[in-house]
Amino acid sequence: MPDRVNKAEITCTVNGETLSLKAYPMARLLDVLRQELRLTGTKEGCGEGECGACSVWIDGEIANSCLVPVLQVAGSEIKTIEGIATGEQLHAVQEAFISCGGAQCGICTPGMVMAAVNLLERTPHPSETEIRMGLAGNLCRCTGYMKIFEAVVRACQATGVKA
Amino acid sequence: MRSYVPAYELRAPQSLEAALELLEREPDVWRPLAGGTDLMVLFEAGKLTHRKFLSIWKLSELKGVEVTPEHVTLGALTTYTQVQAHAVLQREFPLLCQAARETGGIATQNRGTLAGNIVNGSPAADSPPALLVYDAQIELVSARGSRWVPYQGFHTGYKTMVLRPEEIIRRIRLPRTKQGWRQYYRKVGTRKAQAISKVCFAGSAQMQHNTIRDIRMALGSVAPIVLRCARTEAALRSQKVSAGAFAAAKEVLAQEITPIDDMRSTAAYRLRVAQNLLEEFLLQLQNNGGDESHRGLAAAES
Amino acid sequence: MKKHLIGRPVPRKEGRAKVTGQARYVDDLVFPGMLYGATVRSRVPRGRIKGISFGEGIPWHEFTIVTAKDIPGENYVALIAHDQPYLADGAVNHSEEPVVLLAHPEKYLLEEARRAVQLEIEALRPTFTIEDSLNKKEIIWGEDNLFKSYSVEKGNVDEVWARADFIVEGEYRTGAQEQLYIETNGMIAVAIPEKGVTVWGSMQCPYYVHKALMALFGLPADKVRVIQSETGGGFGGKEEYPSMIAGHAALLAWKSGKPVKIIYDRAEDMAATTKRHPSRTRHRTAVSKDGKLLGMEIDFVIDGGAYTTLSPVVLSRGTIHAPGPYFCPNVRIRSRAVATNAPPHGAFRGFGAPQSIFALERHLNRVARAIGLTPEEFRRRNFIQPGQTTATGQVIRENVNMNHLLERALVLSDYHAKTARFARENSGQRRKKGMGFASFMHGAGFTGSGEQYLASVVELEATPQGRVRVLAASTEIGQGTNTIFSQIAADALGLDYDSIEILKPDTASVPNSGPTVASRTCMVVGKLVEAAALGLQQTLVGSGYLPEGYTPAGFERACKRYIESHGPLKSSSQYQPPPGIHWDDATYYGDAYGTYAWAVYVAEVTVDTVTFEIEVNDFVAVQEVGKVIHPVLAAGQIEGGVAQAIGYALYENVVWNEGRMFNSQMTNYIMPTAVDVPPIRVFFEELPYSYGPAGAKGLGELPMDGAAPAIVNAIENATGVSIHHIPVMPESLMEALAVTEKAVERA
Repeated sequence: MPDRVNKAEITCTVNGETLSLKAYPMARLLDVLRQELRLTGTKEGCGEGECGACSVWIDGEIANSCLVPVLQVAGSEIKTIEGIATGEQLHAVQEAFISCGGAQCGICTPGMVMAAVNLLERTPHPSETEIRMGLAGNLCRCTGYMKIFEAVVRACQATGVKA
Repeated sequence: MRSYVPAYELRAPQSLEAALELLEREPDVWRPLAGGTDLMVLFEAGKLTHRKFLSIWKLSELKGVEVTPEHVTLGALTTYTQVQAHAVLQREFPLLCQAARETGGIATQNRGTLAGNIVNGSPAADSPPALLVYDAQIELVSARGSRWVPYQGFHTGYKTMVLRPEEIIRRIRLPRTKQGWRQYYRKVGTRKAQAISKVCFAGSAQMQHNTIRDIRMALGSVAPIVLRCARTEAALRSQKVSAGAFAAAKEVLAQEITPIDDMRSTAAYRLRVAQNLLEEFLLQLQNNGGDESHRGLAAAES
Repeated sequence: MKKHLIGRPVPRKEGRAKVTGQARYVDDLVFPGMLYGATVRSRVPRGRIKGISFGEGIPWHEFTIVTAKDIPGENYVALIAHDQPYLADGAVNHSEEPVVLLAHPEKYLLEEARRAVQLEIEALRPTFTIEDSLNKKEIIWGEDNLFKSYSVEKGNVDEVWARADFIVEGEYRTGAQEQLYIETNGMIAVAIPEKGVTVWGSMQCPYYVHKALMALFGLPADKVRVIQSETGGGFGGKEEYPSMIAGHAALLAWKSGKPVKIIYDRAEDMAATTKRHPSRTRHRTAVSKDGKLLGMEIDFVIDGGAYTTLSPVVLSRGTIHAPGPYFCPNVRIRSRAVATNAPPHGAFRGFGAPQSIFALERHLNRVARAIGLTPEEFRRRNFIQPGQTTATGQVIRENVNMNHLLERALVLSDYHAKTARFARENSGQRRKKGMGFASFMHGAGFTGSGEQYLASVVELEATPQGRVRVLAASTEIGQGTNTIFSQIAADALGLDYDSIEILKPDTASVPNSGPTVASRTCMVVGKLVEAAALGLQQTLVGSGYLPEGYTPAGFERACKRYIESHGPLKSSSQYQPPPGIHWDDATYYGDAYGTYAWAVYVAEVTVDTVTFEIEVNDFVAVQEVGKVIHPVLAAGQIEGGVAQAIGYALYENVVWNEGRMFNSQMTNYIMPTAVDVPPIRVFFEELPYSYGPAGAKGLGELPMDGAAPAIVNAIENATGVSIHHIPVMPESLMEALAVTEKAVERA
């Protein structure tokens, strides 16, 4: 059994709340979120950055939390699926995923929503190609993606109306 | 997670100087870890044999893109996302932008870095063919100083390179000498996105009427390293584009590359497709880029 | 009383929980004092275990270690046959065979320990191919390597060859396919010898797990409890394997006295759990000059892997679907499921039918070409008509109209104009385009007498507040069980969508409504929901509390009054076969399914002759599925199934290395991303089926059947190359094109 290194103290902001935690420096951000912070909305699908189920935002950019050692988020702002709705008020993308049938089994959904919201923040009115490219890092085995594309389009329309 | 996580050390020096000092003091003990898109995959699979890492991800000295009349110089940590977003790169180095666009999904493009793509040493890496075509140079730094080396020759064999244990890549410099060259990039992966390349081709040529004055060609996934195809280039340099020249060049290419069978593809396929891509590149030179519909065309020409 | 929910896209029942990340999957659950479990596997495809040793440097005293000798009951996974052990005891029959189980409070250390267990296994000669197994190169299972064989006979096929104008033969192969649900398999178990065993986990069939755990622990039914947690996709992959992983978690819990969680990582899930059966189909077809099928002889073989698991029933469905939606007076089908030393293959959406339908729909294009008809005209002349009989002698009583589906699909896809245009334009192009289609059907519900054996039960229970709970073991795995059951119950009772609750499947509180498989949840179980709802209503009407034309408020009052005077208000319904259904298991003759869904799918593809890459540019799916209960969910099923079938046809290549999956990572086993799927355009024809809820039939598996042959037919249309296997990887297309080029050069 190999020797253990010391845990590191890490301060970061998660869904707007600044917190300090102790963790092995190479622990995956995914595991720290799920196990230490009990934010289990972020899912593990592959552990190798392929499926996007573990997508979170780090300083506003989408990232696969399975590939991020927790030490690297010291001082960063993290947003997870738990931070997307405002209280009881769902984000337009979440509403659209429900109404368009963008979620089936739901396991890819948190990551897909994180990617879709991030896409719309960067590109408020994406073309179909931009939607497809923007979600290419998030694999869904249930929907064949059609209803997810529809949801993103509907969310843009909804956001447009609100603005 | 198949690695014993508690045994892995990761430190985050606050400056490049501090990082280099640590590397100097304990060479071979510490290895740099940037965006993690390659190393963390090995870690997950229990295949990361090295145990001590330096996180260089937040070192500002390794970031940023600088443009001078002669060069565009990219910090080692320039991500694929940043490459795609840069106006000068879009205009003058479209192959690099296309490589960045076709690497992984957005999440990978946000974390994957150019220097990481280089030092990972994978023969299937997407940006090195473009860097070779652009005659990139690399600045290696250590606590003792820095040196510039041409990217061509940087990889000495499968996963081996001229980088010393105490050195890291600081910058990558692209000479702005390819204005007016015709450019071609095509990645053939296992699917359209989030794919590892089975063959990757980057080419650039300076044309004078129907004659190839100068040419650069580099291929991924057809040899132990990403390969600049100097012999094929030589066979084409000063040649008129013609069916005869194509056929001869394809023969030379077949001699120059050494593709293998693996779980993603076969040697026969890689050879044939490499030749086909060469032909497509050359046809584009001949056609003056007329085949607009083709996805292999670089997005822009300088 | 209003009926307004069926046919409308009401919001998914658990949609909010899923889009906010609040839905709890098994890996999201944590129990106090919980250990993590891991499985040490054989790594040898066939052999005998000689010893197990535990390497140095691991604090083994902290671990719970379980081997076959720790099993309190029977060491087999109870399903069809009892041949698959929970833990190998002596013999090893595939490389992922579980041998030792470990549990420890720290997950990280568990992996170190797993690596430190060494198995000494004396290797025996393995069998990896269908041919080697059929030729009995080694006898690796039973007396003849055959898990099951069937033969179907209709008419007299032997006498047609002499009078046939054309005889066309062909051989077709399909590869293994991984279900690749994004949530890997996982279970948590609590097991206390005096109290019994309880498991929570990701699964399709709680009562399969229940039955398996009873045998494993030698416990009575009431001492075993199985609870489904939110399940992140199944597609058949969580039909049988959960019984294995639940047993393993429970064995560790039983020995340690602590809750144990086992979650497979992606690599283990891909390598060790079941995949779609690889297959080989041989066709010999007799046709008359006027393009009528005279006789079909079909030899269908599937590779079952090392143990029986579900192979007999997969084989059965594949066999019955092998002659497709056509009328042929003389048919002989011989089918076999053979053993190899691969991990057992199992259920995957379509369940044998995608394999045999791929073969048929490729073959019929060759037959059409041989006799000089277009693929569509040849099919038109042979589609089965109402009143005609299938190969098993089933008389088609529904008003099926395959011609109409075909016409509609060809129009919607602009098939004729595009085929003509591509034929004109392809010549000299590096990117060649083509159109292809497939016609097919899928039987809904269990095959033959399966539903009668299952005898499924659903209960409804009303509360004094007028809310109605549906009690069923049918699981929500993404396909919409919760939503459609709510729609069906609400409409039957004239209530609002929100007044229906679906109880989480828990064997302690729900009756056995059967497994969530075989496109049966909506049609069979949904019908029971409808019947139980009507029963509940009758009880209330009979008791005099519920007036005609009641309102939801009136329903609530009636429930309250009934419960106050009579106690709990419940209604249950048990499956009854539709009248006139007969099936003979011995002769394999009769009504194979209560009904079928019928479909024609059209694919448009581009083949790049520079890179041999194939892309699907457009996809039209036209199907007749009875009444559509929920248009968005139904279309979502079709779109998702088509995307999986695109993967099956073009990308999903299980690379085998000595009986182990070599590419067991998502990086190297390639499923379609958001940029790889074409627009998938879904169209329904709705002919209500009398014995489904509100006229609905099953549709979940249907889309898996037809897309692959449609795509490969389109590749042939684009390139002129006839390909007889899937997946069509660029590497194999290159070889096929090279063969054709050589043939052209010689000619």
